[in-house]
Amino acid sequence: MGDIHSAEIAIKVTDVNKTFKLPHEKTSSIKNVFAHAVSYVKKRRSFEVQQALKNISFEVEKGEFFGIVGRNGSGKSTLLKLLAGIYTPDSGKIEINGRLTPFIELGVGFNMELTGRENVFLNGALLGFSRKEMEAMYQSIVDFAELERFMDQKLKNYSSGMQVRLAFSIAIRAQSEVLLIDEVLAVGDASFQQKCFDVFAELKKKGTTIILVTHDMSSVLRFCDKAMLIHNSKVVAVGKSPKIAEAYLELNYENTEKQRTAQKDQTDKENPYIEEVRLIEGKSTNEKTFKTGEELTLFIKYKNPNKIPTHFGFQIFNEAGVYCFGANSLIDGREPELNEEGTLEIRFVAELLPGSYYVTVASMNDTATKVFSYKSRAVDFRISKDTQLEGIIMLPHTWS
Amino acid sequence: MKHILAKKNQILLKELVRTDFKLRYQNSVLGYLWTLLRPLFIFAILYVVFVKILKTGGAVPHFGVYLLLGIIIWNYFVEVSTGSVAVIVAKGDILRKVNFPRYIIVLAGSFSALINLAFNSAVIAIFIIISNTQISASVVLLPLLIIELFVFSLALGFLLSALYVKFRDIGFIWEVCIQGAFFAVPIMYAFSFVTNKSELLGKILISNPIAQIIQDARYMLISTKTETVYSVFGSAWAWLIPISIVVLISLYSVFYFKKQSPYFAENI
Repeated sequence: MGDIHSAEIAIKVTDVNKTFKLPHEKTSSIKNVFAHAVSYVKKRRSFEVQQALKNISFEVEKGEFFGIVGRNGSGKSTLLKLLAGIYTPDSGKIEINGRLTPFIELGVGFNMELTGRENVFLNGALLGFSRKEMEAMYQSIVDFAELERFMDQKLKNYSSGMQVRLAFSIAIRAQSEVLLIDEVLAVGDASFQQKCFDVFAELKKKGTTIILVTHDMSSVLRFCDKAMLIHNSKVVAVGKSPKIAEAYLELNYENTEKQRTAQKDQTDKENPYIEEVRLIEGKSTNEKTFKTGEELTLFIKYKNPNKIPTHFGFQIFNEAGVYCFGANSLIDGREPELNEEGTLEIRFVAELLPGSYYVTVASMNDTATKVFSYKSRAVDFRISKDTQLEGIIMLPHTWS
Repeated sequence: MKHILAKKNQILLKELVRTDFKLRYQNSVLGYLWTLLRPLFIFAILYVVFVKILKTGGAVPHFGVYLLLGIIIWNYFVEVSTGSVAVIVAKGDILRKVNFPRYIIVLAGSFSALINLAFNSAVIAIFIIISNTQISASVVLLPLLIIELFVFSLALGFLLSALYVKFRDIGFIWEVCIQGAFFAVPIMYAFSFVTNKSELLGKILISNPIAQIIQDARYMLISTKTETVYSVFGSAWAWLIPISIVVLISLYSVFYFKKQSPYFAENI
């Protein structure tokens, strides 16, 4: 562990804990107050203690682009607010070496009733800039935001995109050594996001330490040198971004696995139904992690008590629910199955990029217009991270 | 103290006061002129009601100006204290996303009211000159009186705004308190009405810092016949009563606000 006063450490967090008190019942209406007059005073005192962060320790080096990742409710935003000094830790120490931006979100403190121009000065004041200093940068702020014509209009007449542009143009003037960002980039269109990232790249070159809180792994992989995974209020892993992205995917994978086993499938014993679905790799192992381009076999066992002509189909979705691929035996030109029971093996090449995927299998009538039964998320599998390529599918490509 | 003087905080304070003023007079045709017109119109109404019709002034000389002076001090007190109650909660959105010293919000409201007080004072200065009142030599102490008023109002502002974050009942309680205090402070009537009835009641009422400030200001600017802490208690030491109230409330308020402010963001 380094010393905070050494030149290399920008942020040092030591054993930080944070709890929130959640009141059990907030009696808000007058009628309720009178109805429960006796218990009212007592109730106000009763609350549930929610531990938002447990024994958090980590450090960030100067000039690092550091990601804090975790699922919703994991405590990552609370941690960011603690770093910003908006919340106070119950115990532990947070040391920050260098000037910190006081905001964690864009456009905070904007007043809709003021003009764009007036808001520039007000927002600048929150960053600690005097009117004189702001006047000197005013033109470049307006130019960057591309809002010259709108500066004398009230902010309430701006579109949300315009507001974000203005806010961003002001925020990047802050000469802070440590920048905290809470998924600001979720707002704004793609070209604006690109502009944001260009600015971050620039800041990084200047040696600014940037902390990005997100659950978007692609931005972590693109920008962060290091990252930290928080799960259930605790630090699960700290390390290089690809390693953390991997850990994050694994965590999500385990979670969906749990959900899946709890889920009941729709099966009707009269119609053809799917008894078993398995995924086997070419060499057949129980592993559910494969490599991009590996040949996989989807194994389906079905029962068809009334010998109804049946087609089978499968669909592959990624973790975000994007439908990646689908096929059925009718499309593929096979005759419908007529046996009372049987097995099918579908071999395919997993030309998919790293991530979690799941397969849904269904049985259908002979024209594939009616579904008899289906097993949603029948199997899950994961493509391990051994390529730097981005996206969902692997397109064979060449350069010349 | 180091914080209050920090350049960054001064800039923010100035900008917040400026914004407050801008927003207050936005969309009004006469704009800033209202800072002068509003007290003038209110004075006119009160003058007609209390000086010409109700005649609550008794034998008090220059009762019109006497009344107006009480009103502007009282209005300042109400503007700061009542105005502060919900101010932290109202700024909840910013507090949860930006870290800056929380007291600046309360302080900004207090300065904004101080500017109003300055405009009102300009109006009353004209009336004092026209009425040719008897200005006492003790007027040199007037700045001290203004400081006392500023500190006392601000202290209550800190206390109320911090309490309100946890207990929304404070809004209603304070409203009732202010209404009661309006009659307990000699604003609309001559203080001799009280002292003639009960000496004890007079002693209690004049111990209220706001009553003491109003009466002292009237003594300095209008007539040395005005009843003050000195005349009611018969001892200059009695001034220590309202002053110690101010000091104690201020110390407690600052202590409470300092203790609570790190948790505003999560408690709002």
